[in-house]
Amino acid sequence: MRRSMLFLPGNNPNMLINGNCLGADAVIFDLEDAVSPAEKDAARILVRNTMRYMDFRGCEIIVRINSIDTPYWKADLDAVLPYKPNLILLPKTGTASDALGVDAYMAQVEARTGLEQGSIGLMPLIETAMGVENAFSIASCSKRVKALFLGAEDLTADLQCKRTKEGREIEYARTRLVVAARAAGVDVYDTPFTDVNDDEGVVKDASYAKALGFTGKASISPRHVEVINQVFSPSLKDITYAYEVVEAIAQAKAQGKGAISLHGKMIDAPIVARAERTIAMAEALGLGKEERHE
Amino acid sequence: MSKLVQSIKEAIALSGLKDGMTVSFHHHLRNGDYVLNMVMEEIANLGIKELNVNASSLFDVHTPLLNHIENHVVTGLATDYIASGLGRAISMGVMEKPVQFRTHGGRPSDIALGRTPIDVAFIAAPTSDPMGNCSGKYGPSACGSLGYAFADAMYAKKVVVITDNLVPYPLQDWSISEDYVDYVVTVDAIGNPKGIVSGTTQITRDPVGLVMASHAAKVIEASGLLKDGFSFQTGAGGASLAAAKFLKEIMLEKGIQGSFGLGGITGYMVDMLKAGCFRSLMDVQCFDLKAVESIRSDARHQEISAMHYASPSSKSAVVDSLDVVILGATEIDTDFNVNVHTDSNGYIMGGSGGHSDTAAGAKLSMIIAPMFRARLPIVTDHVHCVSTPGQDIDVLVTQGGIAVNPRNAKLKEKLVGAGLPVLDIHELKEKTERITGKPQRLPKGDRVVAQVISRYGDLLDNIYNVPQKA
Repeated sequence: MRRSMLFLPGNNPNMLINGNCLGADAVIFDLEDAVSPAEKDAARILVRNTMRYMDFRGCEIIVRINSIDTPYWKADLDAVLPYKPNLILLPKTGTASDALGVDAYMAQVEARTGLEQGSIGLMPLIETAMGVENAFSIASCSKRVKALFLGAEDLTADLQCKRTKEGREIEYARTRLVVAARAAGVDVYDTPFTDVNDDEGVVKDASYAKALGFTGKASISPRHVEVINQVFSPSLKDITYAYEVVEAIAQAKAQGKGAISLHGKMIDAPIVARAERTIAMAEALGLGKEERHE
Repeated sequence: MSKLVQSIKEAIALSGLKDGMTVSFHHHLRNGDYVLNMVMEEIANLGIKELNVNASSLFDVHTPLLNHIENHVVTGLATDYIASGLGRAISMGVMEKPVQFRTHGGRPSDIALGRTPIDVAFIAAPTSDPMGNCSGKYGPSACGSLGYAFADAMYAKKVVVITDNLVPYPLQDWSISEDYVDYVVTVDAIGNPKGIVSGTTQITRDPVGLVMASHAAKVIEASGLLKDGFSFQTGAGGASLAAAKFLKEIMLEKGIQGSFGLGGITGYMVDMLKAGCFRSLMDVQCFDLKAVESIRSDARHQEISAMHYASPSSKSAVVDSLDVVILGATEIDTDFNVNVHTDSNGYIMGGSGGHSDTAAGAKLSMIIAPMFRARLPIVTDHVHCVSTPGQDIDVLVTQGGIAVNPRNAKLKEKLVGAGLPVLDIHELKEKTERITGKPQRLPKGDRVVAQVISRYGDLLDNIYNVPQKA
């Protein structure tokens, strides 16, 4: 489960060693934009050693490698794959073949280092107009692709429009990505909210992303992590309702009824599926148990 | 009669100060203080030797003391806190006699009990009238509370008030009254306002500090103490202030009104008072301009003496009614003993201040510290120096987890129940050492350079010199 994903600059040792204490469900060690060309090798070594020595139990590791139009991406993968990150975040993925090229190289490294084939996932970062238009084919090109990730900063530059807090300019990209990812059966993550001092803005932005169907949201500031976790966790009301749905369905089955209503509303398969997802998430988070039994 | 004298030199002469006597100073002017240096220079010029200096704290502005130590003008030091510049010299062995460290409660207690008699107290006063009614709340060098100066004024054989803001008799709203004062001296400036109080104290933006602060607020919430009537003390450090911010949010959300905020008071505590989180503030020392303004203008914000604050020999002290205190540490050992006197290499860089007084009094004593600073782990097998005994510490909060003193099993149960990341202090130590490695300690010297005296007056620990490479 990844509600929040926190970017940590790959060249900042203090942030890296404290990365697992900042409350994020996943951290993204960034070898790309946060690191200047002169520091690419140093950051790669630092990130590799962080993965080698640090205990990140309870916090997934994602590494943003450099894009395939740079000379760095293969060396990035060579360095980090042996330490089994959960996902590789591939910037500027424009086409399925971009993702497949990286997929193939990851398979080579896995074979070379004795890792199980396909054990490390790939998360294409969609941040170009081309990527948005190809979102479904990217999401469905390989079993290794586990999720899509929207990057609004580069995207708006490519779209030649201004990035705003309200985000009207990325509305199409957001909905397109959610639909593409869900059609392909993978997760989908929203772009970071970049004003680190706007505590209300991040709640609004994250709530909107959740309403659109995003699985979670990335952050560039540790201060946003807790808010994002809260927004993407089921509320007590959701959890209570989900248990009611499941209980109602169980009763209906016991009574041999095909359909049943709850609070005057028919319970159908999509509602049951949503309730089951909510309960699974609540159980994983340890939420709602005590309150329900009070 | 007139108590006004022309100069510090004249006041010293009139006070009858002689070789071997004890002089005292308060530290409300902190790193902006001119008075201790001015007085000691006059004393040195008068050829008086082998004095004991009893100062409630010493800052790096007081580094000229080292010359007086070398010249045997000063041969004994008693204090509650020594900043790192001066502390380093002490650790290198500049004094023949060990420094005596006390606590902010132990110092006035020992003065009142006659264990550490003062011959002449020199009291820097931001405002005074000619008879010595004086206050810290007004004047160009205003510092707010004069809490640490009361015992000196009440028990010293002679009391000299030194001010840069003489006002006509009688000063209204005095802190220390004329019945304790022998002489009043005016000088151009008693301190540098920039060093006396800071501007707005900033809440940390450091993500690690914020994680610790968030844990700290949740620990307080889970402890069950956060209810109407709650009382609280926290420090002026970034993470402690951030903890207060999180606590304020919880208190406002739940509509909890506490009874009092205690301690060295910052603007942040003033904000909490104004927001309705507390009925009152009890202030032994103001840390910033906002606190000074508040103590001057808000009747709910009360000055208290160090005796009232924390003396174990007072009939009661405010620390005895305290629910929660958040404290710092340079080191903490697996028995929860805390060091705030030396750094991890053994150099003096602080002191107890009110640390062990509040830890002894509060129902919940919390240490908030990162797992490591630079490359040095905070949790260790044995602290260099026991400043506050582990029996008075309930919980250690770090970014990597929360360790509860096994003496407080109920608290542990509550924190685990609240889903907080609780772990054994040994586990926390190992977790940290997996990152930092286990540091090799610098060898300890064989000479005691300072004695840590508990708030009750007995010897708690010794601090040894740090041997210097040849």
